[in-house]
Amino acid sequence: MSNVTIKALTGNEAAAYAMKQIDPDVVAAYPITPATEIVQIFSDYVNNGQVRTEMILVESEHSAMSACIGASAAGARVMTGTSSCGLALMWEVLYVAASTRCPIVMCDVNRALSAPINIHCDHSDTMGARDSGWVQLYAENTQEAYDTLIQAVRVAEDPAVRLPVMVMFDGFIISHSMEGVQVADDAAVQKFVGPFQPVRWLLDTDHPCTVGALDLQDYCFEHKMTQAEALRAVPAVVQKVGKEFAAAFGRSYDLFEAYRLDDAETVLVMIGSTAGTAKDVIDELRGQGKKVGLLRIRLFRPFPAAQLRDALAKAKVVGVLDRYESFSGTGGALYHEIRSALYDLPARPRLHGITYGIGGRDIFPADLRQLYLDLEAAGAGKKDLPATDYLGVRK
Amino acid sequence: MIEIRWHGRGGQGAKTIALLFADAALAQGKFIQAFPEYGPERMGAPVAAFNRISDRPIRLHSGVTNPQVVVVLDPTLIGVVDVLAGLDPRAGTVVVNTTKSPAEVRQELKFEGKVCTIDAMGIATDCIGKPIPNMPMLGAMVKATGLLAIDQMIDEVKAKIAVKFKHKPEVIEGNLTAVRRSFEEVKTA
Repeated sequence: MSNVTIKALTGNEAAAYAMKQIDPDVVAAYPITPATEIVQIFSDYVNNGQVRTEMILVESEHSAMSACIGASAAGARVMTGTSSCGLALMWEVLYVAASTRCPIVMCDVNRALSAPINIHCDHSDTMGARDSGWVQLYAENTQEAYDTLIQAVRVAEDPAVRLPVMVMFDGFIISHSMEGVQVADDAAVQKFVGPFQPVRWLLDTDHPCTVGALDLQDYCFEHKMTQAEALRAVPAVVQKVGKEFAAAFGRSYDLFEAYRLDDAETVLVMIGSTAGTAKDVIDELRGQGKKVGLLRIRLFRPFPAAQLRDALAKAKVVGVLDRYESFSGTGGALYHEIRSALYDLPARPRLHGITYGIGGRDIFPADLRQLYLDLEAAGAGKKDLPATDYLGVRK
Repeated sequence: MIEIRWHGRGGQGAKTIALLFADAALAQGKFIQAFPEYGPERMGAPVAAFNRISDRPIRLHSGVTNPQVVVVLDPTLIGVVDVLAGLDPRAGTVVVNTTKSPAEVRQELKFEGKVCTIDAMGIATDCIGKPIPNMPMLGAMVKATGLLAIDQMIDEVKAKIAVKFKHKPEVIEGNLTAVRRSFEEVKTA
């Protein structure tokens, strides 16, 4: 196992440090709060000669992603970082990156979308990009931000996958919060990610190929199917890479994290930093004899429905937390996905969708404690709860 | 777990010192968090920064609402900001940058907990040549709380600021002296 140093790092510093150790061939980026520091710190590494990366500064996020696609198609290992409206401006080309099978790794610091203008955390940005064909991995804390970026390179470039991967962590709550992070030495990270070997690339003049050709009624459908097939290969690859990461660095990762879930009757499902707060609440409620547990989503795209269904099958009541407003009128995407995943169970748990934390609205242990108790009471038929509701909002 | 809230004004280094303290605590084997409050901050406007320090891993990711320790970098914030918000009125500790005595501050704040005072502006002006109170307040807070071993912390602070001020070595010694002097001179009641 590699030498480990514990450094005090913010989420952004940890992400930039992981990028330094990965040492990608090309980074093209445009700064946006709260992800600005990632690119800023990384540009210092470039300036100081600590990486060999070609850094391309562009005039917008649309251009940043376009440059990433060009570099990736040319045969480079490519990374970038963005947030919120920056990700939204990449919208058109996100699909191009995925459908062109460019294994780009992007760090997105989760932030609300405008309007109103808000720089704080919610998941509107990456939830909006969930059907773009990118793999989506959400981290809980600073350590995971570092670990997940390193794993993402392997997932993206796996021969069965060859798709872009988005790695997310919560704006300000993680991006600007300093925590102790175990970092490996550069050589160990380099060994783990290995050299990049593209399958087809434009600069391979011995094997000329066309990228981005017109593709109409005759073959477009088949090409989309091969892309969908590649996405279906992702869960197994995420698990394989997670196991190898554990062997190399001592921290194991799976499709999702189950915390005190085995015998739990009342379960919360959520994404991101709030899960840490929930674990403290669970320990406290367990101390009072309450059978409560947590399922924290890590891989959101593709959605590992079968595994999640099995993990939740024994629960009595499940509360699903979405940290964004979907405007669907029927709750958020995580709630929809879990609801759909549970449909095939012969006896389904009672299910509630809860929207919280919009625009950085803080959520405290007391909020989650009350939510567990309310869900438990609803499960016992002692309380009426609506199918979907909001938590922490003034009504 | 101990939670600390630093009150300052934009430009006084509240965020910087929270991060530096966390870094020093990490070096002494603690689990740490440090984060500022992000709003429309401007030079001179009230700002806050926070620490969590623990002997066990910290998983909590909500804001700090009930700190055990409050550090006030600027005495003019008293009466403007509720610096005692969420602090236990008897078990809490407040450390204030002021030339006043702890007894005077206790009366002003109507606070029954531990009150510590230090002339951080005076010490910073003497040692660093600028009235930036954050380094002296670090020394005073560590003495008031006993959270870290001072010598080791000063070594750690030195290592950190040596990187930042590598072209101004005289600033490094001044800052370290300011931390130590405040540690020694802080008054408690």
